[in-house]
Amino acid sequence: MSANAMTLDNVQVSDRTWLETLHGWLTTVDHKRIGILYVLYALFFIVVAGTEAILIRIQLMYPHNNFVSPQVFNRLFTMHGTTMIFYVAIPVLFGFANYLVPLMIGARDMAFPRLNAFSFWLTALSGFLLYFSLLGGSGLYGAGSAPDISWWAYAPLAAKAFSPGHSSDYWTISVLLGGFGTVATAINLIATILCMRCPGMKLTRMPLLAWLNLTMSGMVLIVVTPLSAAQIMLLIDRYLGGHFFDTQAGGSAVLWMHFFWIFGHPEVYVLIIPCFAFMSEIVPVFSRKPIFGYPVMVAATVIIAFVSLSVWAHHMFSVGMNSYANSFFTITSMVVGIPTGIKIFNWVGTMWGGKIQFKVPMLFCIGFLFQFLIAGLTGIMLASAPFDWQLSYSYFVVAHFHYVIVGGILFALFGAFYYWYPKVTGRMLSEKLGKWHFWLFVLGFHMCFDVMHFPGLLGMPRRIYTYEPGRGWDTMNFIITIGAFIQGIAILIFVWNLIISYFKGAKAGNDPWDAWTLEWSTSSPPPAYNFATIPVVASRRPLWDLKHPEDPDFRYD
Amino acid sequence: MYMKRRIRSVARKTFPIVALVLSFLSAAAAEPVSRTITNIFAPESTPAKSILNLSLFVLAITGIIFIVVFTLLVYSITKFRATPADGSHEPAQVYGSTQIEIAWTVIPILIVVVLFLASARVIHAVQDAPMPPSAVQVIAIGHQYWWEFRYPKLGVVTANELHIPVSDPQHPTPTFLKLLSADTDHSFWIPQLAGKTDLIPDHPNNLWMDPHRTGLFLGQCAQYCGTQHAKMLLRVYVDTPEDFASWIQAQKTLPVQDEKVSAGRRVFETTACINCHSISGTVANGQFGPDLTHLMSRSTIASGAAQNTRENLRLWIEKPDAIKPGSLMPAMKLSDADLDALVDYMETLR
Repeated sequence: MSANAMTLDNVQVSDRTWLETLHGWLTTVDHKRIGILYVLYALFFIVVAGTEAILIRIQLMYPHNNFVSPQVFNRLFTMHGTTMIFYVAIPVLFGFANYLVPLMIGARDMAFPRLNAFSFWLTALSGFLLYFSLLGGSGLYGAGSAPDISWWAYAPLAAKAFSPGHSSDYWTISVLLGGFGTVATAINLIATILCMRCPGMKLTRMPLLAWLNLTMSGMVLIVVTPLSAAQIMLLIDRYLGGHFFDTQAGGSAVLWMHFFWIFGHPEVYVLIIPCFAFMSEIVPVFSRKPIFGYPVMVAATVIIAFVSLSVWAHHMFSVGMNSYANSFFTITSMVVGIPTGIKIFNWVGTMWGGKIQFKVPMLFCIGFLFQFLIAGLTGIMLASAPFDWQLSYSYFVVAHFHYVIVGGILFALFGAFYYWYPKVTGRMLSEKLGKWHFWLFVLGFHMCFDVMHFPGLLGMPRRIYTYEPGRGWDTMNFIITIGAFIQGIAILIFVWNLIISYFKGAKAGNDPWDAWTLEWSTSSPPPAYNFATIPVVASRRPLWDLKHPEDPDFRYD
Repeated sequence: MYMKRRIRSVARKTFPIVALVLSFLSAAAAEPVSRTITNIFAPESTPAKSILNLSLFVLAITGIIFIVVFTLLVYSITKFRATPADGSHEPAQVYGSTQIEIAWTVIPILIVVVLFLASARVIHAVQDAPMPPSAVQVIAIGHQYWWEFRYPKLGVVTANELHIPVSDPQHPTPTFLKLLSADTDHSFWIPQLAGKTDLIPDHPNNLWMDPHRTGLFLGQCAQYCGTQHAKMLLRVYVDTPEDFASWIQAQKTLPVQDEKVSAGRRVFETTACINCHSISGTVANGQFGPDLTHLMSRSTIASGAAQNTRENLRLWIEKPDAIKPGSLMPAMKLSDADLDALVDYMETLR
């Protein structure tokens, strides 16, 4: 690889009309454009589902509040959960994976570009189909309604008898379609990572981001398929007179729980492993040190993937499994904490002895470390079956998984946005707005989700549209709502930053962070072909080798 | 009682966080605040107590881990921050250390083993406890959105307000519940008495509790079961053995038929009321709604959503959505006269 990555002269393109531009985006098979589409799609839905969260919180601000009806409230939390998991978290992470994986392994595109476009449009369709239920699903209370079966859609609540009309059908079909898109992207990522690496990039030299996305994709293949199978079974129950989950006819409600959670729990790891990947790329660059214990990080990830496939029934400690099953799922759930803890220690090891630069991406990563630590520890509490008998289905659980998803996943994602935005757009995000975003979000997050643990300890169940006064929940719920609003404001600052910096941000150049992986060797934004000449690497940090010919990494490889 | 609770509630509103921190430090310290609320740190029966003991142990261990790692994190981000003096000079490039990795793998494994053993012990103690012959047996059936309680050995059927005897540790009379569901999934949760267990159709579950003191214990359905999941409230009255015996006796006695309310009784027996509700000694034997034979012996209606007063009863029959929107009780569309007569009759169901 040459010292200054070679770029080809731009091919002369005549000015395009907006229609041609639109056509270009709609028919694109370029992994970068598809990645951007995924991310924009997720950003749209995070605003939608975030608004739903705000409405939920307004309703819960006071006991016996009448801001929305119970029917609307139940639809709101069903849509909030479904949207955030299936149409925000998965698309945004797949967007980043799409954009970054080929660039970081020195490839020119994904292995199957057309399949890639197909996956995105399938996902896009499924999300809009879910929201089309607002017009098309005649639910329990008049024409047009969103599903109100919660994002678990537990049997028999989702059965025809308890959920007449079509709103639940929109839910199940959109989850099914989204599942196909997800599996296809996972196959694509696996093929890309295994087959498209540039010369010299052995598996042991891949950036951790590629390793972790490979692991995540493998998990997707295993865990999304049972979910899709369950959706098909539910459709058979609802339309063809099947009895899989029909308890009145010998079907099993518990069967659905198993199908759902064999997906549902590993799904959390499907979401957080790519975020571990962001952490493992960003923390080293801003600590100015290589990742501590690369082989251990890979091993820990793969162990998490395997062990997390055997923990699902810790969501079911209260459904009446016998004491042996409860003990089994207690130990497996606790064991998954060990490799996760090792990862935290390795990030600390990476910072240890470094020279930490507190740029915005790093701030979010540090926030992640603190919050993910707490999320992991409350997870240990929930893993202990007897403790869980008190905590499950309560606001403690809601606080716990928002700590994972917001405090962990979203913080790492924000870090990733600030870190790779210059590569994608060629311009830096504003550091000033970024710091406002960070500190406001930290404040709102902790007001909201720290406090949220306590009503759960005081017996407040989740998914209730209102609650009785005088149980010690009132003040806490008020504070939680204020925290939610502060987070909303922080998100608006973030969106504003994304927009304004696109036009007015400082020019980024190829390598604004003085980083070490291949995506920083090409221009910002990268050309359609990514690399004019396919790079050849000799270590895990090819750009370090270039910048430090006196002390290259490959000497220690 | 009401005033007392009000004063407490004001105190709670003022110092909720303080009370909570206290409850973390010591369950005993939280005791005075938590007598009538649903605090898991104020257990009043054996299963809830053994869960709490384990929980405090888990909290202590995780608390120690938190302090250690938190300190480590704070230390490393303050100690190793870049200073302007560093310039473009890069720090020493360290790739890892096998010894350190082994250390921070082995220690968590040991912690997990300890936590698992402690948990497994409590799982076994709570779940596999044998039912003594002196136990009171209750069948609890979850309905959208109310609770049916049957005492098969005692011949009593009631709804929403469970009465059980206090259990003296010398002569334990625990209550063993068999949990069933008539429709969707529900979950039985009285935080001070036991952890929650789900009521799942076609999947009978068990739960037991042996309350150590008398009084009212609150809870509610913990598993999302449909529109009015929020107002599927649960009240457990723990009585002295004498009170319990007389409550059972009263429940077994048919209500006195009062001629003065025969008009109301006729309304009840000739409208759709009897499709869903039962009143022993009458033609009403519906199964979808709560048994009303001793309606007035309960302090609340609509599964705890409203106090059992004349006004609320009338409103509930006339316009259930005003109390519990989305409940399966239909508005009965009766004339004012019929409504008054019906409520008169209801009030005799003692």
